[in-house]
Order: sequence, then structure tokens, then C-alpha cells
Amino acid sequence: MENLLQQLLNGITWGSIYALVALGYTMVYGVLKLINFAHGEVYMVGAMAGYYAAHALGVAGTPSLGALLLVLVVSMAACGLLGALIERVAYRPLRGADRLAPLITAIGVSLLLQNAGQLVFGADPKFFPALLHSEELVRVGGIAVSNIQVVVLATALALMAGLQYVVQRTRFGRAMRAVSYDAPAAALMGVPVDRVILGTFVLGSMLAAAAGILVGLSNPKIDPLMGLMPGLKAFVAAVLGGIGSVPGAMVGGLLLGVIETLVTGYLSSTYRDAIAFVILVLILLVRPTGLFGAPQTEKV
Amino acid sequence: MRVRSLLAASGVVALLVLLEVVAPRVLNPYYVTILSRIGIAVIAAVSLQLVNGFTGQFSIGHAGFMAIGAYASAALSVFAGAALLDAVSQVVPLSLARIAYFPLVLGFGGLVAAVSGLVVAVPALRLRGDYLAIATLGAGEIIRIAILNIDVVGGARGFSLASPAHPAIDLRFESLAGVFGVAVVTIAVIARLVYAGGGLAFRAVREDETAAESIGIATTRVKVEAFLVASFFAGVAGALFAHSEGYIHTNSFGFVRSFELVAFVVLGGLGSLTGAILAAATLTALPEVLRGFGEWRMILYSLLLIATMILRPQGLLGQRELWPISRLGRGAK
Repeated sequence: MENLLQQLLNGITWGSIYALVALGYTMVYGVLKLINFAHGEVYMVGAMAGYYAAHALGVAGTPSLGALLLVLVVSMAACGLLGALIERVAYRPLRGADRLAPLITAIGVSLLLQNAGQLVFGADPKFFPALLHSEELVRVGGIAVSNIQVVVLATALALMAGLQYVVQRTRFGRAMRAVSYDAPAAALMGVPVDRVILGTFVLGSMLAAAAGILVGLSNPKIDPLMGLMPGLKAFVAAVLGGIGSVPGAMVGGLLLGVIETLVTGYLSSTYRDAIAFVILVLILLVRPTGLFGAPQTEKV
Repeated sequence: MRVRSLLAASGVVALLVLLEVVAPRVLNPYYVTILSRIGIAVIAAVSLQLVNGFTGQFSIGHAGFMAIGAYASAALSVFAGAALLDAVSQVVPLSLARIAYFPLVLGFGGLVAAVSGLVVAVPALRLRGDYLAIATLGAGEIIRIAILNIDVVGGARGFSLASPAHPAIDLRFESLAGVFGVAVVTIAVIARLVYAGGGLAFRAVREDETAAESIGIATTRVKVEAFLVASFFAGVAGALFAHSEGYIHTNSFGFVRSFELVAFVVLGGLGSLTGAILAAATLTALPEVLRGFGEWRMILYSLLLIATMILRPQGLLGQRELWPISRLGRGAK
């Protein structure tokens, strides 16, 4: 029982990172109907930007919450810019082209970032600077809660709450929902569609950067290919929750993290990577629109 | 007409013989390997084009079927083929036995892949568009991870095509004529399939599934057929890959490989066989051509991929064919 609760806690922590990345997939899919396969690489760049920022700002050796916050902000800003650049260079020129063309540029951007990462960062894993001293915060009935888990969860939840506010309560959020609902109609109503799409990429990339930093905290080995598998699985999480749905991505991410941790803990660690895809295929067969997606009727 | 097709066929055979005899003597082994990889990429790309380009279904898990073909054929060779060849070589020369054996093993790889293609296609084809694409991606990854966990075929160590019980039997099959011969057959079969009268059904499903159904096309059957044929040839390509490389690992068949195949068909032009051939050959050779740029080579590769797509969103050839390949469909019903 204690073991189960411990696994659940670990799963939720890991799942909150999936959720942050999944949000970027789902938001971009919402406004562009594009599966942005370069998103996992933005998450990787987030972790790397954090690595360099911590060293450049001289906070790599002095762990504190302030240091973490500083690195987080720098990395999110850097990735926000990167997201805007990717959208501007690789996707905007293909607006209106066949829907498959941007899928190929997405793959191109993903390859580009991986290889640029290997060139700049080196192919070998490096250790993310310890921005926080790992310590056991409390122990409730045999479950150890570390300060890192608390920080990861709190940051992720705060960012999701912030996102929910932006999407539901601001002008930009309303524009985003309008574009996602019907882009041509939104354009007719005077919504600057291109700017909204750009903003969506910036927002999604910032969340991915935060996920990169949080992974660096709890799992410090980082390398230029670290975005591949988690990126794909975060995408699975987005589909699980219902692609295009913001609350869906949050729930899907947490759920996937928990399921994966439980499978690793109780069944078999070798099938860890397969479980996400089995869930993916099952959910597609049973309910393709995911947990939170509204079923679409086909118009003839 | 008959004379002409006979002439064309003998021309192809002559070219293949020339390739087989001349290429290994003029080119160093490295270039021969690249050529063979190009041939395999062409087979996989043309087969995927049938699903993605002509039938309008979007599969991004094609490498999974290559993996099945590769591993099934390799397992057959290691666990049965070596013993069989050893026994037969007592009676007939080994080289002759090998020539008879390899078409069998390629067909076996293709058949196993086709069966798995059917298993994936029947439930997955209920989905449309992006959801189908995502499902095939998931299926491809499940196949890869499942093979990774089968210890008999090496698991994470990879699988070497050598039988410990019959060390004298070479299970590798390096033949440019073999690879390109299979490529020609693949192209001919798929061109005949899509450009014959009945091939219009594939394109009708691509253009508008609902309309196709309303004029009496059995859309599900057409889609399953496309999937079946495509996974068969992907399996053949995988079997060729396994037997020409002599060593396989599941890493060669991950989603990165699937994405590469998708890049071949989209960059070549969805709905163009010659486009897919051209793109597969170019994109396979490109990293080697760029080798002079050292560590910048993959960066250049990805930049070229992005730039080409932006400059030609419809792909290199769009839906046109460079060569009157569509004539292959004449005379077929």
C-alpha cells in the first residue's frame, strides 16, 4: 500500500511534466490542425537553455529557489523566441498548402534541432546543474516526499493554472479559442489569425521549456536526443485527453505518467515504452476523440 | 505491343546484369552499399506511396512493417534456412541453392508483414485523417518495442544473420541485381495496380471517401487492399535490408525511419511513383554526398528538407509522373 502511494506520487510528478509538453501539442493542434513533431525538441532546448543559463548566470553552484526561478524564466523566454521563430520560418510559409507539407517541415525542424544540439552541446549526456538540494521534506506513513517533487508539482500546477487563466479569461485566449473553433470565421470577425497562431506557439514552447527545466531538476542527465521519446509520449498524452482540449492535455499527461510508473513498478520495466502506445491505440479504437474531446460529426 | 514489352523486359534484365557485374568492380564496397540502400528505400517509398499518395490514407508507421519483414525473414534464415541450405548443398552447388532460396525468404518476410498489416489495418482504418496517422505511429512503435523484447531474435543486442550450427553457410545476400530487380517488380506491380482501370478506385477514395462510397466503391476493401500490398512490399524491403546488411537492430525501424519514409513520399509528391523514387534516392544519397561537411552534414540535410518543402509544397513532381509509368496499367482490367 505504501509502495503504491509512493509510486502514485512519482507518477503524478512525472505526469505533470508530460502534461506541460502535451499542452503545447494540443494548443497548436487546436489552432493549426498540425501535429507539431518538433515540439519534443523545444523541450530538449528548454533543458539545454537552462543548463547554459545556470552556468552563465553563475547560479549553477548555489542552489536556491531564486536560482531555479531565474533559470526557469530565462529558459522559458529563450524557448518562447524559438517557438516564434519555428512558426515564422517553417510553418507560416505553408499556410494554405496541403496539410501534409508542414508535417514534413516539422520533421525537418526536429532533425535540425537535434543535430544542432549535438553540434553545440555535444552528443554525450551532461549533468543539469543542481538548482535545488535534494532533501526529504516530509514522510507521511512511509511515503517520502522530496522537496524536488513538491517544486516540480507546484511549478507545473501554477503554470497550468496560469495557462487556464490566459485561455479562459484574456482577450488573447478568447481569440485563440475562436481560431481553434473556426479559423476562417474568426478571421472574418477581425481576429488576427496569424498573430494568434504565433502567440500559441510562444505559449506552448514556454511550457515545454518549463518541462525541460523540471526534468533537469528531477532527472539531471540531459542530452540532445532527450526530446524524442518524451515528446512522442506527451503527444500520446494529448491524444488520450482529447487532442485540441487544454484540460484534456493536463489530465492525459498526469494519467499517462501514473500508468507508466505503475506498469514499470508492478509489471515490467521493459514494456515501459510500449504501454504509452498501447494506450494510444486502445483510446483511438474506443474513443478517438479522447477523454475530453467532443465527437465530430462529418458533414457531407 | 507484345514485342515492345518483351524488349523492355529484356532491357531491364540486361541493365540489372550490367549493374551486378560492373558496379562491384568499378565502385568501392561503400558505394555499392549505398546503392543497395537506395534500392531498398525505393521499394519502401513506392509501397508507402500506394497508401499515402494514391489512397489518401496517412500511415506514419511503415517502418514497423519493414521491421516485421526483416526479423521474420532473418529468423527463418537463421533457424531453418541455414540447415536447409546446408542439406541441399550436398546435392546441388551452394551458389545455385542460394539463388533459389532468397526469393523464398523475401516472399516470406513480405507475407508475414502483410498479415501484420491486415491485423493493423482492419481496426485502424475505421479511423480517418490524423487519427489514422496517429494509430499507425502507435502500431509501428508497438511492433518495434515488442521485437525488442523477444530474446530469441537478439532483443536489445540486435540480430546477426549467422547460424552457429552451420557456420559455413553465408546467409547474407549482397546483390545489386537482386535489390534493384525487386525494386523494378515493386514499381511495376504498384503502377499496374493504380494506373489500371480499377486503380481509379484508390484515387477516388483519396479525393472524396463519401462520394466514392456513394458511387458503389467498397472503400474499406480498397483501403485494406492498399494497406495489404504496401505492408507486403515493406516486409520485402525489410527482408532485403536484413539479408544485405547481415545484422539488424530495432533502432533501424523506429519512428524516425517511418518519418523518413513519409518524407520520401511527401517530398516526391503525393500520388507520384516517380516522385517517390526520385525523393527516396536523393534523400538516401544526400547524407553521403554531404559527408564532406563533417558534423554540419545533418544540419544541412534538415535545412534542405525544410527549404524544399517550403519552395515546393506540392512535392517535387506533384501528382505527375516523370516517365510514362502509367502505361504499365494498360491492358490490365
